[in-house]
Amino acid sequence: MYRIITKKILNPTVTQMEIEAPLAAAKARPGQFIILRVDEEGERIPLTVAGTDPERGTVKIIFQVVGATTELLNRKQQGEYIQDFAGPLGVPTHTEGIKNVCIVGGGVGCAIAMPVAQEFHRLGARVTSIIGFRSRELLILEDEFRECSDSLTVMTDDGSYARQGNVTVPLKEMLEGGERFDMIITIGPLVMMKFVTLTAKPYGVPVTVSMNPIMIDGTGMCGGCRLTLNRDGERITKFACVDGPDFNGYEVDFDEAMSRGRMYFEFERKAHAETCNLLKEAK
Amino acid sequence: MSKPNMRADKNPMPAQDPKVRAHNFNEVATGYSEEAALDEANRCLNCKNMPCVSGCPVNVRIPSFIEKIKEGDFEGAYAVITETSSLPAVCGRVCPQETQCEQRCVRGIKGEPVGIGRLERYVADRHNENSKESPAAPEWNGHRVAVVGSGPSGLTCAGDLAKKGYKVTVFEALHTAGGVLVYGIPEFRLPKAIVAKEVDTLKALGVDIETNVIIGKTLTVDELFGAGYEAVFIGSGAGLPNFMNIPGESCNGVYSANEFLTRSNLMKAYLDDPKTPIMKGGKVAVVGGGNVAMDAARTALRLGAEKVYIVYRRSMEELPARREEVEHAMEEGIDFRLLCNPVEILGYKNENDPRDPKNGFVTGITCIKMELGEPDASGRRRPVPVKGSEFTLDVDTVVMAIGTSPNPLIKSTTEGLEVNKRGGIIVNEDGLTTRKGVYAGGDAVTGAATVISAMGAGKTAASAIDRALSGN
Repeated sequence: MYRIITKKILNPTVTQMEIEAPLAAAKARPGQFIILRVDEEGERIPLTVAGTDPERGTVKIIFQVVGATTELLNRKQQGEYIQDFAGPLGVPTHTEGIKNVCIVGGGVGCAIAMPVAQEFHRLGARVTSIIGFRSRELLILEDEFRECSDSLTVMTDDGSYARQGNVTVPLKEMLEGGERFDMIITIGPLVMMKFVTLTAKPYGVPVTVSMNPIMIDGTGMCGGCRLTLNRDGERITKFACVDGPDFNGYEVDFDEAMSRGRMYFEFERKAHAETCNLLKEAK
Repeated sequence: MSKPNMRADKNPMPAQDPKVRAHNFNEVATGYSEEAALDEANRCLNCKNMPCVSGCPVNVRIPSFIEKIKEGDFEGAYAVITETSSLPAVCGRVCPQETQCEQRCVRGIKGEPVGIGRLERYVADRHNENSKESPAAPEWNGHRVAVVGSGPSGLTCAGDLAKKGYKVTVFEALHTAGGVLVYGIPEFRLPKAIVAKEVDTLKALGVDIETNVIIGKTLTVDELFGAGYEAVFIGSGAGLPNFMNIPGESCNGVYSANEFLTRSNLMKAYLDDPKTPIMKGGKVAVVGGGNVAMDAARTALRLGAEKVYIVYRRSMEELPARREEVEHAMEEGIDFRLLCNPVEILGYKNENDPRDPKNGFVTGITCIKMELGEPDASGRRRPVPVKGSEFTLDVDTVVMAIGTSPNPLIKSTTEGLEVNKRGGIIVNEDGLTTRKGVYAGGDAVTGAATVISAMGAGKTAASAIDRALSGN
């Protein structure tokens, strides 16, 4: 059992928790993920590490309430326990040789982008951050990004806060204006990462994307997290849990990944609705 | 001594009716009665040279335990088996006896061999039902050993060492101990309560089991030595599933057998209202001919499939699955399409509506007929495609059960640990790897194989570790 040390509501659908897990806390690097189960009968879900405090032995997770499992997790309070918490898994984000980086985060993906931005800042790289949200209500981590970024641009789809538009708009302006990033790292919805990659392409800037496919074990056993890379005219199968979650954006078959992400859409929708109803009745 | 029972046939294994069991996850084979066990035991001739024992990877003293059954001393029989086997209730169910102990049985020359596996199961089940007391942990001999993975090789290695007084910690990456016995082999063939019971027996012997620890990630092998463990046994099992690299394998509804079985077994997606989703019902094609393929096909059937195919590129003769599983699968109505090989998986695509929720889901599998040519390196006749013989099966789900490649996590974080070109950890006859104090066994070494061969490897390593640490 793993204790919830702190819980903080970041916006109506996004919650941050610090979980007591000393072994994982001592090892986790930005870009890696953990697998958790809320209770004895629960499903295993992967969540990317949003930070660690090795001295307190805690791992920070930030999650959006999208399905039954995240709904149940969100009902847990500070001081309560979750059943299982295993990690870190996956390969940490590569930082070597990158002196000028652009971090592009979308929605809850910003929670994963933040520790990556912080790491580059700590290493002395120039950090340009672009973070986007649907509306002001869903904005998270603005202060944290401001602290570790040399330049921060906030975007909202509806213009209810900061600048209106997609994250690709300021990115294109910067690239057009002659910005020479060593690397663009983008984390968020698949469709956003796809368009960030397409935006960067004419300028020849390398793009790293953080994939978040359906997973069960997360340790290289089930193969559910497979995705396809197009490399030198060949189609190559990779497993996000052991080969990723970071991949070269120019190689990823985003359309296939989006299609695979929809596999259990109907199941998830029903399960979430049922869980909400059960919890309401319980009240 | 009474005269042996010279009937040519084994006592049949009682089983649930195929029509009934095809719709439930309860155990298929229900086990011998005491009467059948005594009758079967009396078929054993108690041969002096004991050919059966040499066919057993852990050398269970088979005629001795059968003698105990004849005497009605079932606990005595259990004691004989557990001298060499840590998991009798498991082995009695999942060992391929027909290619091991029973293949060498003298009674098999004229008629059927003695039902050794069935007797082993009877003895173990009877013990588990009646015995309330757990074994006591022996006095600690001052040595610590770490075991990586709680599958058959790890549990065996841990059990053997614990009995000798070693303090053993087993590190398991998943949330439940048992490895393939829990995530891979279905409830209807190996009830999970039996695995849990075997794990509890080890705990009573003083073995610590740490779940949610991924060696190679959470802790490295070097850190285990740093923490005071004097030897490490790696039994991390098979790894990433193989795919065929044919078009359509990334369609929704295509699973590896590992994923399909893990969802159903470990994550209990077979329950009516599961927390973890799985495709249920419809038509299913399982590609492959091993035990894993049989397990996946029969699981699909029990999940409500209206039609389940096994697609295998060789013939019945080469089918590597345990004979009893193939027979059970056939009785249950699994449709075997032998000498067939998939060439493409077909997916739904609505050109007019990219948001059609059916887009990307499997609609069929195109196969080509095969014929057997000359024997290949494995000694089996190589299947060759028959030109122009393609045909399509309409299916909603495809399960690829064509093997796995070893997991890279430990290899990539352990300096000096060498692997062969297939990724299997290189070991000597004692199970010792190229790293001092690090031993390995099971699928992590051999690639996908049987439970009992993994147990044999765990046993060999345990004995080598004992010699190395005790100085004997």
